[in-house]
Amino acid sequence: MAKYLAKRIFYLILTLFIVITVTFFLMKLLPGTPLTNQAKLSKSQIHLIYEQYGLNKPVWQQYLLYLAGAVKGDFGTSFQFSDQPVSYLISSRIGPSLQIGLQAMIIGVILGVIIGAFGAMKQNTWADTTTTVVSILGISIPSFVLAVLLQYYLGLKAGWFPIAEWGGFIYTVLPTLALGAQPLAESARFVRTEMVDVLSSDYIELAKAKGLNRTGVIYHHALRNSLIPLITIVGPLAVNIMTGSMVVENIFSIPGIGEQFVKSVLTNDYPTIMGLTIVYSFMLCVVLLITDILYGIVDPRIRLTGKAN
Amino acid sequence: MADTVKLPEDSFKPITSDDRAALDSEKIAAPSLTFAQDAWRRLKKNKGAWVSLIVLVVVFIMAFGSIFVSPHDPNAVHPAYANLPSKIPGISINGFNGTLVQAGERIDAYKAAGASGAHYIMGTDYLGRDLFSRVLYGTRISLIIALVATLFDLTIGVTYGMFSGWKGGRIDTIMQRIIEIILSIPNLVVIVLLILILKPGMTSIIIAIALTSWVNMARLVRAQTLELKEQEFILAARTLGERPIKIAFKHLLPNLSSVIIINTMFTIPNAIFFEATLSYIGIGISSPQASLGTLLNDGQKNFQFLPYQMWWPALILSIIMLAFNLLGDGLRDAFDPRTKE
Repeated sequence: MAKYLAKRIFYLILTLFIVITVTFFLMKLLPGTPLTNQAKLSKSQIHLIYEQYGLNKPVWQQYLLYLAGAVKGDFGTSFQFSDQPVSYLISSRIGPSLQIGLQAMIIGVILGVIIGAFGAMKQNTWADTTTTVVSILGISIPSFVLAVLLQYYLGLKAGWFPIAEWGGFIYTVLPTLALGAQPLAESARFVRTEMVDVLSSDYIELAKAKGLNRTGVIYHHALRNSLIPLITIVGPLAVNIMTGSMVVENIFSIPGIGEQFVKSVLTNDYPTIMGLTIVYSFMLCVVLLITDILYGIVDPRIRLTGKAN
Repeated sequence: MADTVKLPEDSFKPITSDDRAALDSEKIAAPSLTFAQDAWRRLKKNKGAWVSLIVLVVVFIMAFGSIFVSPHDPNAVHPAYANLPSKIPGISINGFNGTLVQAGERIDAYKAAGASGAHYIMGTDYLGRDLFSRVLYGTRISLIIALVATLFDLTIGVTYGMFSGWKGGRIDTIMQRIIEIILSIPNLVVIVLLILILKPGMTSIIIAIALTSWVNMARLVRAQTLELKEQEFILAARTLGERPIKIAFKHLLPNLSSVIIINTMFTIPNAIFFEATLSYIGIGISSPQASLGTLLNDGQKNFQFLPYQMWWPALILSIIMLAFNLLGDGLRDAFDPRTKE
């Protein structure tokens, strides 16, 4: 286990290193400077500003400096907000994003499991049809469409929730719902398929034949075994939520990193874009690592020696 | 013990050829079906997939047919007719009869704009452009982007996957590591970075989506190739000295086709979704071009007062995504009957 863990962490660091390198050189390919009014500045002023941002050094030196900084969590200074370190920009904004993302993931998956299991138990009835309809709708309707609809009908018309901004828990409800629809739908569909499979297997027949009651069979045998493969879709779901959050945070004006990413893209704030790219891949890598380890723990049949696929 | 089974005498007569024809037990009643025919038959049985296929055909015909026949010019501006709600002749349900609520009163917007004779099925936007024509146009752009991106992604993914699976060993390991690295950055982030470098526009969206979404295809194709290459018919082809490239096209590709087709059905809605997201954020298609994403973005600005401007594109987008997803599900069941009992 320790060996496996060490190997995985090594790959994680290697991946991040490659991500940093590739984004750095991609950003160097981009046109534009941090200067808003280049024409009005004198040569020495430009020189001073370049020196301040470390842009007058050769590219390889900039790269090494960036790499050294990134290890310490320093991603340079934002082009958009003067004197604002990117790391501060990110750390002050990551809270809301994490909160909404985690809430959406947890609520979505839990509800999805319940709906999916219910559908599988009542296979080929109205409950099952409802499950299928809910999951296919949830997968098909983009989160930003859902976000606008929720904002208008539940926020503005019904007045149950604030329509935007960031405050207490009540402000997180609508974005959580908008982001949670996808995980809900995906996991409901997944659990339903798995559980239909499990319910027709021999050990369920055995459990029933031994006289276990229905809840016991469902809860202890069927549900548990259908949930194990669910861990594998947590990674893709995390990607979905990250993608969705960029738009949903914008719609609800949440001061999170998704909103910041879009803003930085629109204002060509390259250091912030780079920093956020690294943070996003770091989070995704950690999620993938955790799910892989969990999968090994929950299902010992999976050999941890690397050939998990 | 003493019981003897009495068998009728005539059970032991040899049967004549006439009897045999009448017996029918050896006869194959149904014509034998090829794999494709069989899949097609199963697909037709699946109502959801069948309806989706028809819906998609209709959407395609309408979107691409609007190049030749469009109710209005999608880019023609009529400021006087701006923001007219949808009006379908013959229907008098509020919401489709050209009336809207203004200051607490329901008024006929068409009369107020002096356009009593005109009717716009989905209404008009803030510049007086016919929304229906724009939705058709936007659907076309979205579909083109999705289809071209999927085509590229298919080519890259299938080639990569087949090569990786076929070669195996060290090359396979390295190629899989590369895939893992790509997978560890959220797709949208990569797409955004690529678009920044390539300058926003239709071509760069297509390239960006194609370059990021082939990974899934490559993984599936690789897994299938690993399985297939151990089978006898491949061994036979190799023994006979067939060149690998020919084995790939003649033997592997046909056997991979169901995996490829199914995955394509899920790649297309993904590409449509990414395009819509990008246009919605504001780094996708720029005006006067329109896609479903830009229409949604335009519609959302006025959603409080003119909700139909967002409802229509949202509806069309969701229907297309839904149809592709259902068709994908149907095809999966049709190609692989084991998944569904």
